[in-house]
Amino acid sequence: MAGPSFPPACLALADGSVYRGAAFGAAGLGVGEVCFNTSLAGYQEILTDPSYAGQLVAMTCTQIGNVGVNREDEESRRPFLEGFVVREVFHQPSNWRSEESLHAYMERHAIPGISEVDTRALVRRIREGGAQCGALSTDPRQQDAEALVRRAAEAPGLDGVDLAARVSCETPYEFSEGRWQGIRGGVPAPTRPDRRYRLVAFDFGIKRNILRLLVEQGFEVTVVPAGTSADEALALRPQAVFLSNGPGDPAAVVGVRDTVRRLAESLPIFGICLGHQILGLALGGRTVKLHFGHHGGNQPGQDLATGKVAICAENHGYAVDADSLREAGQPVEITHRNLNDGTVEGLAHAALPLFSVQYHPEASPGPHDAAYFFRRFRRMVELHAAGEPVTGAGVAASAAGPGD
Amino acid sequence: MPRRDDIETILVIGAGPIVIGQACEFDYSGSQGCKALREDGYRVVLVNSNPATIMTDPEFADRTYIEPMTVDSLSRIIARERPDVLLPTLGGQTALNLAVALSEEGVLDHYGVKLIGAQIDAIHKAEDREAFRTAMENIGLELPASGYARSLDDARRIVKETGIPAIIRPSFTLGGTGGSVAYSEEDFGPMVEWALRQSPRGTCLVERSVLGWKEYELEVMRDTADNVVIICSIENFDAMGVHTGDSITVAPAQTLTDREYQEMRDAAIAIIREIGVDTGGSNIQFAVNPEDGAMVVVEMNPRVSRSSALASKATGFPIAKIAAKLAVGYTLDEIRNDITRETPASFEPSIDYVVTKIPRFAFEKFAGVEDVLTTQMKSVGEAMAIGRTFKESLQKAIRSLEIDRSGLESPEDLPPGLEGLWSAIDTPRPGRLWALAEALRRGAGIEELWRRSGVDPWFLGNLQDLVRLEAELAAAQGEAERIAWLREAKRNGFSDLRLGQLWGIEEGEVRALRKAQGLRPVYKRVDTCAAEFEAHTPYLYSTYEEECEAQPSQRRKVMILGGGPNRIGQGIEFDYCCVHASFALREAGIETIMVNCNPETVSTDYDTSDRLYFEPLTLEDVLNIVEVEQPEGVIVQLGGQTPLKLAVELERAGVPILGTSPDAIDRAEDRERFEALLDELGLERPPAGIARSPEEAMAVAERLGYPVLVRPSYVLGGRAMEIVHDEESLVTYMRNAVKASPEHPVLVDRFLADAIEVDVDALCDGERVVVGGIMEHIEQAGVHSGDSACSIPPHSLTSNVIDDILAATRDLALKLGVRGLMNVQYAIKEERVFVIEVNPRASRTVPFVSKAIGRPLAKLGALVMAGSSLEELGFTQEIWPTHYSVKEAVFPFVKFPGADTLLGPEMKSTGEVMGIDSEFGRAFAKSQIQAGNSLPVSGTVLVSVRSEDQPRVLELVRDLAAMDFELMATPGTAATLRAGNLEVREVAKVGRGGDELRDTVECIDAGEVDLVINTVDSDPEAVRDSASLRRSALLRGVPYFTTVAAVRAGVGAIRALQAESIGVRSLQQIHGLVEA
Repeated sequence: MAGPSFPPACLALADGSVYRGAAFGAAGLGVGEVCFNTSLAGYQEILTDPSYAGQLVAMTCTQIGNVGVNREDEESRRPFLEGFVVREVFHQPSNWRSEESLHAYMERHAIPGISEVDTRALVRRIREGGAQCGALSTDPRQQDAEALVRRAAEAPGLDGVDLAARVSCETPYEFSEGRWQGIRGGVPAPTRPDRRYRLVAFDFGIKRNILRLLVEQGFEVTVVPAGTSADEALALRPQAVFLSNGPGDPAAVVGVRDTVRRLAESLPIFGICLGHQILGLALGGRTVKLHFGHHGGNQPGQDLATGKVAICAENHGYAVDADSLREAGQPVEITHRNLNDGTVEGLAHAALPLFSVQYHPEASPGPHDAAYFFRRFRRMVELHAAGEPVTGAGVAASAAGPGD
Repeated sequence: MPRRDDIETILVIGAGPIVIGQACEFDYSGSQGCKALREDGYRVVLVNSNPATIMTDPEFADRTYIEPMTVDSLSRIIARERPDVLLPTLGGQTALNLAVALSEEGVLDHYGVKLIGAQIDAIHKAEDREAFRTAMENIGLELPASGYARSLDDARRIVKETGIPAIIRPSFTLGGTGGSVAYSEEDFGPMVEWALRQSPRGTCLVERSVLGWKEYELEVMRDTADNVVIICSIENFDAMGVHTGDSITVAPAQTLTDREYQEMRDAAIAIIREIGVDTGGSNIQFAVNPEDGAMVVVEMNPRVSRSSALASKATGFPIAKIAAKLAVGYTLDEIRNDITRETPASFEPSIDYVVTKIPRFAFEKFAGVEDVLTTQMKSVGEAMAIGRTFKESLQKAIRSLEIDRSGLESPEDLPPGLEGLWSAIDTPRPGRLWALAEALRRGAGIEELWRRSGVDPWFLGNLQDLVRLEAELAAAQGEAERIAWLREAKRNGFSDLRLGQLWGIEEGEVRALRKAQGLRPVYKRVDTCAAEFEAHTPYLYSTYEEECEAQPSQRRKVMILGGGPNRIGQGIEFDYCCVHASFALREAGIETIMVNCNPETVSTDYDTSDRLYFEPLTLEDVLNIVEVEQPEGVIVQLGGQTPLKLAVELERAGVPILGTSPDAIDRAEDRERFEALLDELGLERPPAGIARSPEEAMAVAERLGYPVLVRPSYVLGGRAMEIVHDEESLVTYMRNAVKASPEHPVLVDRFLADAIEVDVDALCDGERVVVGGIMEHIEQAGVHSGDSACSIPPHSLTSNVIDDILAATRDLALKLGVRGLMNVQYAIKEERVFVIEVNPRASRTVPFVSKAIGRPLAKLGALVMAGSSLEELGFTQEIWPTHYSVKEAVFPFVKFPGADTLLGPEMKSTGEVMGIDSEFGRAFAKSQIQAGNSLPVSGTVLVSVRSEDQPRVLELVRDLAAMDFELMATPGTAATLRAGNLEVREVAKVGRGGDELRDTVECIDAGEVDLVINTVDSDPEAVRDSASLRRSALLRGVPYFTTVAAVRAGVGAIRALQAESIGVRSLQQIHGLVEA
């Protein structure tokens, strides 16, 4: 009997719930923690954000693939996520920059995708039950729901797994591409201040737009692997250190804490997302796993110094525990909070030139409201290089917020 | 920052009558705003001339003025109420322009009234095209090349630079009024002149056309702490060149990469800061070149707009309410999101569905008007639908429109082949969507269709998917195969009706097949946050997915069916009734479930009812909700014809209908049953008959005698109703205007010439009948009741006639077994009362009557339907107010180049205003001012009337002469006036002038005429000859009367105006709720 025919796909969660749909992208199996992202645009940047390593990402936006995929919008060298879950996917993209369909791109990078899923039901399940693992099969021979549920239940999840090491670059490299101006194509030439500062950026899964914004602020950026030691980093004679975003459990990123503590003795440091959590850990704090995390482009991040609210791109499943920092006796100030749930979103040290942010001021995808962090970092490094006494909390307090 | 404590009284200006470009979305915004401000303890003074609004209900403000929206009238209100601040951003362009005028004339300064929300500077920068351009250049944003013209010469100089086609946009007008697209040099001159005349400032912009670029809108909000959020992005299906109000629009934006979207977002934030809108919402439009992503700013509205209403309904974020809170000092992070309860309003909504809005047009109402869509808005309403995908939401939106389409049917009357389709695709018209689908069906390529129409390939690709699926479905023969396709079809939004068409079976059979498969829609919530947080508001839409979030309660509950998209004949009045019913039943402890698909309305606010289903009002969609909710009853008599026409089938499907039974409704609608009823009651009606063919019609007309009034049965708003004077016109009507058939008979009535028409709204609980109001029409019978001005109490009826009307109304209501509201239309001729029609449902005059008598008829009606008696409700006596209330209709003629302004049996008005005063003349005068027909107290009257009216007009004109008016008349009329010893300047009829004698149009254009009195024989030639006279008066803003009855009322009004200037009174005072 004829009827609509789709290549079958099945997503099973550890709790036993099963979602059947149509396969796209690569044929295969993806196992990982299921998270959902509420961004309305920018699926390609999400797909190529290394922070999603080890995860199956469900998009709440129902129309995915509309604008295809292009080289300019890749946030890293390839997608690292385990699978992509959508309501509807388009194979005939429409956008002047589109080079390839999403389906073809994912197939090329061996990422399985499932469409025709009641993604809202999936989101509600995760919201109610918390983050859990899932198994996505787009292999027509592997559609047995029970087997997939078992795979999901047996999956190790993110806790305690050092995923940063898996996505980090293997050797150091320099980055000199500048910030995008407008949306016209082509590799943008750097536009940066005359006075330059050497910066070492630890790659735990770094996004290209972070690097572009650092270049724009006048940094000469050397990206180094996650496992780079303090001595190796110092050998590059940096004037500042950046700790990048990245996937998974910050507590599992081993060794880096000591490195950061060493570097913090002499250098100004700025951390984003996983980098922020690592800084918190290095300062003696703890991180906690959130119920289902923050993944989206519409989160309210308040700068406590000014009261101003930036609409932020966020992507994290863990957060720094505010009490733990107080207990550790470090003079650390909480500078930013998420207004939805009050979680810590920004830290600044009251004695050292250190600050960090939980969300993504580099956006891409997401709003540019919080881009001021990069300017703030530049100012802190300038002062520090000039030998002036400067602290993270000092620059946070003197800043005027989004406009500064 | 918490609320401002330095403010006590806030003046809110509403948007006035419903006109094209400014519809009930401003009732939604105004009522939300007023509610929010009062919740915060402010004293709210509201001014709005539109009685059919929820916001003008006395409980929505501390003082409500249904008074003229002029500087003069506002000044009096300000002097009386002494507000501290004026909030001008909730009442559309009307409120904004009034605020500017009040400021410029020094009224605000004089009384120390400050503006909140937006300051004059910001309004000026956003509205003045030149200032806006400068502002955009300051922040490095591009606009299409343009120049600012104060004269035609200016404009010609500019267009040399910017080129043809050119967009012409007058400054300070609403809905693009006066705007056009000039495709040739010849069109350019007249279009510029038209634009300059339409602009209150006499200026316009001549702009390089970016036709074919993609069009976007962002809804932006800002607070006093300079936090800015984007509430919603909207992408237009129709490319630049079609007014966004006339475009199919989709939320969220679909064809932007994040990089493009964020650039637009940055621009929007920079714009709201640069323009300096202090707080609240703004709407900013952009155009994007599909070839290279280049972006230009199109325009900005520094206020809550039509798109804000759409964005609110599309996201669940209450923009108007939040705008009001921000205006009094709150910041976004201090305001809670009602839907999630836990999170603040300082976020950007994320949506996990697609919203599609399709405009609804009324070109069929305006003979001779071209239905081409341009930069001037012409649609009269819109339907919105929510689906998980664009395909689903598009198909739901189509069936929400109620234009006899249940999907992407092949359009009728299009020539075969592809060549025949191109003109329907190259030029935007209301039916282009269906032409595009047909072209795809006939094998056209997406690329070619994109080049021709400018519609983005993504949308076209979706249409192609639907067309292909349709072909697969059509090929599915046999039950098993159909069942195999059913789920896929439903997930893509196909209605049962459309599937029935494709399969050649009845809708009911598809339904049965579907239910046998257990295939039912689920309901998902609109929650602002894509399910990230729990939603506490049951704002629901249907889709075919796995999980249902309806969670119906076990309470006592009633479902109210709304009125669907606004159209001429069915507008805000019916929404008002539905909202009232919901309020009343909630107060009575009954859960209310609202079903509607009109995003402009108060009924589709998530907090109006206990539960809101944003769904099409079709049998399928309503039955699906009934199955989930199991209400104790459904109210169909408040939403106009839309729910009423579902009544019989709903009842057949076992759905309990509250109030008057569908059988009683049928008894009133079915001509033969109705006649039997009247005979039984001994009531008179104009002699009449029914015709199912042209031959039958001729026979009936012969028996009755000409003129006859002809119309199809079961219509609202006088659709296709005509007065026919001879056999030839009758045959033409039967052949062309309607396609009469046994199922669709045509009603033929003897036309009672010069009768007075009367409308009655009454309530009946089965035992008792109480008349709410008797409205005497100003215009004589033959003018549609919706287009006629009317007065409560009647201004000329004798007490005998009134007694007869009361008795007849009681008999009819009791005999029909009405439970709830009923409307009866009578014609009075020579003291005899004829019943014209009975509608056992809410009528469009219910809000007007309620405001005139100070009793909420719709609320009472709803409670009666739910089982209360009128005695229990304390409404047992007619109320005879001591003041006069006059309702006047407002027309969209100015939007339709070429439309005649003559009134007839086909309704053409879009809205209404209300004038209240202690004396009829003054009340009528107020209503005329409000309707934009400001009567002069001195000057020259041009009189040109048909011969049979001349004797009757003579005495009225004599009165005007006695009031020191100069007279001007066309030859025939002039002779009559002279014979009556009046001094008159003779002018030629249109086109008959010469060197010595100028014609009427020339005199009007020269500004020599202050009032026009023009009646005309109904033969088409006479109408055509004089049309340019009326058109000219309309365009020059010269008040005009086209019926003798209106002249009579007008003369009285002018006398009242001469005697003393007009005062203002609040509704609360008029109803005795507060002391004078």
